[in-house]
Amino acid sequence: MAMTLAEKIFKTHLRDEPFPGTKVLDIDVVMCHEITTPIAINDLAARGKDRVFDPEKIKAVIDHVTPAKDTKTAQQGKILRDWARRHNIRDFFDIGRNGICHVLFPEKGFIRPGYTVIMGDSHTCTHGAFGAFAAGVGTTDLEVGILKGVCAFREPKSIRININGTVPEGVYAKDIVLRIIKELTVKGATDCVIEFHGSVVKNMSMESRMTLCNMAVEAGGTSGVCMPDEVTVDYLWPFISNEYKNKKAALNDFKKWWSDDGCEYVKTLDIEVSHMEPQVTYGYKPDEVKDISEMAGTPVDQIYIGSCTNGRIEDLRVAAQYLRGRKIAPTVRGIVSPATPKIFREADEEGIIKIFMDAGFCVTNPTCGACLGMSNGVLAPGEVCASTTNRNFNGRMGKGGMVHLMSPATAAVTAIEGKISDPRKFIKKGKR
Amino acid sequence: MKRFGGKVLFLDRSDINTDEIIPAKYLTEISKEALKPHMLEDLKLEGFDPEDPEVRESKVIVTRANFGCGSSREHAPWVFDVNHINVVIASSFARIFRQNMFNCGMLAIELPEKIIDLFFEYKDSSAKIEIDFKNNGLTITSDKRSDTFTYQISEFDKALVEAGGWVEFAYAKY
Repeated sequence: MAMTLAEKIFKTHLRDEPFPGTKVLDIDVVMCHEITTPIAINDLAARGKDRVFDPEKIKAVIDHVTPAKDTKTAQQGKILRDWARRHNIRDFFDIGRNGICHVLFPEKGFIRPGYTVIMGDSHTCTHGAFGAFAAGVGTTDLEVGILKGVCAFREPKSIRININGTVPEGVYAKDIVLRIIKELTVKGATDCVIEFHGSVVKNMSMESRMTLCNMAVEAGGTSGVCMPDEVTVDYLWPFISNEYKNKKAALNDFKKWWSDDGCEYVKTLDIEVSHMEPQVTYGYKPDEVKDISEMAGTPVDQIYIGSCTNGRIEDLRVAAQYLRGRKIAPTVRGIVSPATPKIFREADEEGIIKIFMDAGFCVTNPTCGACLGMSNGVLAPGEVCASTTNRNFNGRMGKGGMVHLMSPATAAVTAIEGKISDPRKFIKKGKR
Repeated sequence: MKRFGGKVLFLDRSDINTDEIIPAKYLTEISKEALKPHMLEDLKLEGFDPEDPEVRESKVIVTRANFGCGSSREHAPWVFDVNHINVVIASSFARIFRQNMFNCGMLAIELPEKIIDLFFEYKDSSAKIEIDFKNNGLTITSDKRSDTFTYQISEFDKALVEAGGWVEFAYAKY
């Protein structure tokens, strides 16, 4: 029978089916950060079950508030740190080596096609870019995952998105995924895996694919996924070269996860990007999206470039192309957070950090902080932020603040103009 | 097993997200009880006051589509739990929130939009909902009227509620 990628992963990882339609899966990677894990750790201890199912399969990082901003966040970091030491969790990343989980863990080569991945974080869907089933879960699911290495799911249905056409200059993966969320709506993919197909995805880097998959949850999706191909093999090669004879052998192995011809989709959506404009959100939901031409001119107070959606080296390179030799408007504040130390270092070596600083940006350490209004760039009531993050919910980046989601390119030119601006205008004028 | 039912809090909006239920700045708490004062603090809903004593006395939430979307934070069910709300009835839920509710031994009941519309006719009276968990039944009552329905939850979700949550279920079985 023809199967989807998700169905294949479910079949190979099935531990138990306690009731019809409920699948308990073996989990390959359980990821932990300092916000949702400490309560699970404390609960395990209180139950006299302070154990882990496999320290090699648990990855942990302090990323949401780092360095700690107060006693409470220091305590959360300490609980995670002490626990990682106690259980010999080698892949624990503390300050100096830490970065945003969904950027750091792929960079370390922890994700493979066909894996099952859970984390107490909704943007875990990012890792589906490698052809994995990666789902955000709550603290209780995380706790059971830590102790037993299993998690229960309903058999997922799949939605197929075909992205075709020629990507216009000034348009990026973020614009495409915002458009897709607009089409699907914030609940259009609930209980579904979103598969991204088409020539545009084939030609995308892993970084761009992660941007697509990252926002699957904003349409309600359980995981976003891309079929693992040559691009996936190239990205993972440093980590898998001793497992395969050559890249071709790796690719052939990865192909076993591809969704079969004739498999069942609950919905198929065709997106033609050739005439797409850069996209920007206008309201308090990620499906409230407009073309840039309808949004241009909206004044902003802060520009934020970073997060698990758009804090990768490719994103910083794009923003720097627009910012090179220019200054941000005197009326705005610019903040950029490279998502990992490796990205920070690369950006420094490529002169990108200097471009940002010369333009007037504050460059912070890698952290999730500002995206969810926890630290490093919280808005005051009434303030407006142009942001490369993933959520524009009411109060998300600070009580009473307004967030407009956009690509790093649009954010960069918005910083220059002090109001929402069209990156294509800069290309036409040859200013880029 | 928890006890379900009581005074209803009506939240007449779709897509209420977990940031609205409990803002991220409170996720630095490591006790559930500490979340208590901050329930629905950032909810964007005309005329809603999170400090209203009526809100604090509620035991059941009735709301619209896609409730609990956004962040995976289990702090959302927890903040309801410590405020003695352990039933949410909606026309649909976001996946992670729904699972978190059942994982905590709480009830997330999906009903067709038409029935939810009918529930909202009770909005201005002091409505109560009683749950007959064993028979998947629920009754909404005010001074003037009463309506009874059956709901469906999966066998697994029912077993989680009976066990007291996923931790209890999983530790006994795996």
